[in-house]
Amino acid sequence: MSLVSQKQVRRGAIRIEDAVKIYDPEGAHILAVDHCSFAVAPGEICMLLGPSGCGKTSLLNAIAGFHRLDGGAIYLDDEMLCGPGRRAAAIGPDRIVVFQNGALFPWKTALENVAFGPVVQGRLSKPEAFARARQLMADAGLGGHEDAYPGQISSGLRRRVEIVRALLNDPAVLLLDEPYRALDALTRSVMHEALLDTHARTGVTIIFITHDIEEAVFLGHRVVVMTARPCRPKRIFDIDLPRPRDIGIVASKRFRELTAEIAGTLDAEALKSFARGEKEGHAA
Amino acid sequence: MNAVARRRAPMPRLALTWFRLGAWLRSPKPCLALAGYALLLGFWYLSVEVFKLPRFAGMPGLTSVFHEWTSRNPTYGISLYIPVYWVHILVSLRRIGIAFLLATALGVPTGLMLGWSRAFKEYVFPLFEILRPIPILAWVPLAIIMLPGSELPVIYLTFLASFFATALNTMLGVRSIDNSYILAAGCLGASSLQTFRHVIIPGALPFIFTGLQISVGVAWFSLVAAEMVSGQFGLGYLINTSYTSVEYPTIVIAMLTLGIVGYLSSAMVRLAGHWLMAWRVPQLVTDGRR
Ligand SMILES: Nc1ncnc2c1ncn2[C@@H]1O[C@H](COP(=O)(O)OP(=O)(O)OP(=O)(O)O)[C@@H](O)[C@H]1O
Ligand SMILES: [Mg+2]
Repeated sequence: MSLVSQKQVRRGAIRIEDAVKIYDPEGAHILAVDHCSFAVAPGEICMLLGPSGCGKTSLLNAIAGFHRLDGGAIYLDDEMLCGPGRRAAAIGPDRIVVFQNGALFPWKTALENVAFGPVVQGRLSKPEAFARARQLMADAGLGGHEDAYPGQISSGLRRRVEIVRALLNDPAVLLLDEPYRALDALTRSVMHEALLDTHARTGVTIIFITHDIEEAVFLGHRVVVMTARPCRPKRIFDIDLPRPRDIGIVASKRFRELTAEIAGTLDAEALKSFARGEKEGHAA
Repeated sequence: MNAVARRRAPMPRLALTWFRLGAWLRSPKPCLALAGYALLLGFWYLSVEVFKLPRFAGMPGLTSVFHEWTSRNPTYGISLYIPVYWVHILVSLRRIGIAFLLATALGVPTGLMLGWSRAFKEYVFPLFEILRPIPILAWVPLAIIMLPGSELPVIYLTFLASFFATALNTMLGVRSIDNSYILAAGCLGASSLQTFRHVIIPGALPFIFTGLQISVGVAWFSLVAAEMVSGQFGLGYLINTSYTSVEYPTIVIAMLTLGIVGYLSSAMVRLAGHWLMAWRVPQLVTDGRR
């Protein structure tokens, strides 16, 4: 992957092969993911873009191990996470999810939250973990908020603390499920720059679900546009914008070309999904 | 290390408690509360002693009750100066204390298990649903037959209602926890025991304390009911004996005493809740400070 920075990254390759996910509540047989295959390179920021309800979360949750696959396999660095004979991946700190609504523990301070992983895993003693957490928060520009409870800081800060909490575990992959959806546009662009900065420092692989085309193009090395349900890659765009990127790039010609082209691809799928929604609405 | 984290906490618990007390005193709330009390006492005074409304004629009046209550030599034998009055209070408090602690010690773990373990719930919850609606008074005869002495039946009855309130609210508390906290703990490498300790228990705490509030309330309710049919001392017993021996001011004294100790006991539970859940209010406090 020539687009990925030349940092020494060899960890965090995800390969999805023929993944199938079926929901079967009361025999409804909803095919959410159908023979979906693609690969994410180590250190890549891979943006998943798709119409609402197409099955992006279903795919991400299978990578995280929150539920089982009904077919296919997922590999992390050539090690099978789930596949034939092993339906659900183990949940663990090598793949950490950052949730749409945030999941910082409200009853722990920011610092206690960040230090949580290594402490429960027994990897670091409490003082070591707290020192590391303090360090990492400072690096991420979050110094001074260590002792605040999540309820005391803004939602933007909470998202950043949550990403730092994930990073302290040195994960191979970060799985972000529309983490900035609930934020206002201004906060969101601050989040974007902070995330790119974090990525430049750590080189962690990021799989990032979004609805927002500009967000996808601004952040991603590649944008995978998904089909309407059942979900599988419809087209994969290489985002050949230079890095480091800043907000100015949004005005560039190439940026607008890419967003327009992706919008065209996505629109067709959204229409399909919408039309089906109408049909199902009538049937119900 | 913990000490370091605690020392640097933005709002130490004690400071938080003082802050809230100060805010309360500065707000119009205490005045409104006093006005409410005045209204009730005024109504009592006027209806019994001034207008002598028909059905109120036999009622003890405000002045006679307070006179009796503060008399060194009360007509009916119960006042602030009489040791037996305090014995009644202490006996009731001790029963409440034992029953409430027992109900909490058993109810919280039961509720946590009910919410956490599907299998445990399948076994135990149906039993719960049958036992819970049985009114406490219906238990009185069985409790007296089953348990020796007069003390144990009263404590058992008081315990019973409290236990159900605590266990049920604790269970709801566990259910109320957003699943993403549990998944996040898993992602960060927590075992299920660690998840239980770091997510389930603190996450259920707000509901647990709601349950404990209800629990003290129903504890007083069933205590008085139980004391009226069994027991040697206690405020419920005092009300009952005063009724049979037509000592009406004493009844009212006992009722008001119940109101006061009942309020104090639930205030203590609330305080303990604020103490343990300092994280829940910081928003409020920082807003108030600005
Ligand atoms: N637990 C479930 N049981 C039954 N159906 C489900 C379940 N979870 C998701 N689905 C269905 O599967 C489909 C895909 O859901 P999924 O959440 O993966 O989509 P998504 O692309 O993440 O959607 P969104 O953009 O709204 O987040 C949806 O139609 C949804 O209704
Ligand atoms: Mg989703």
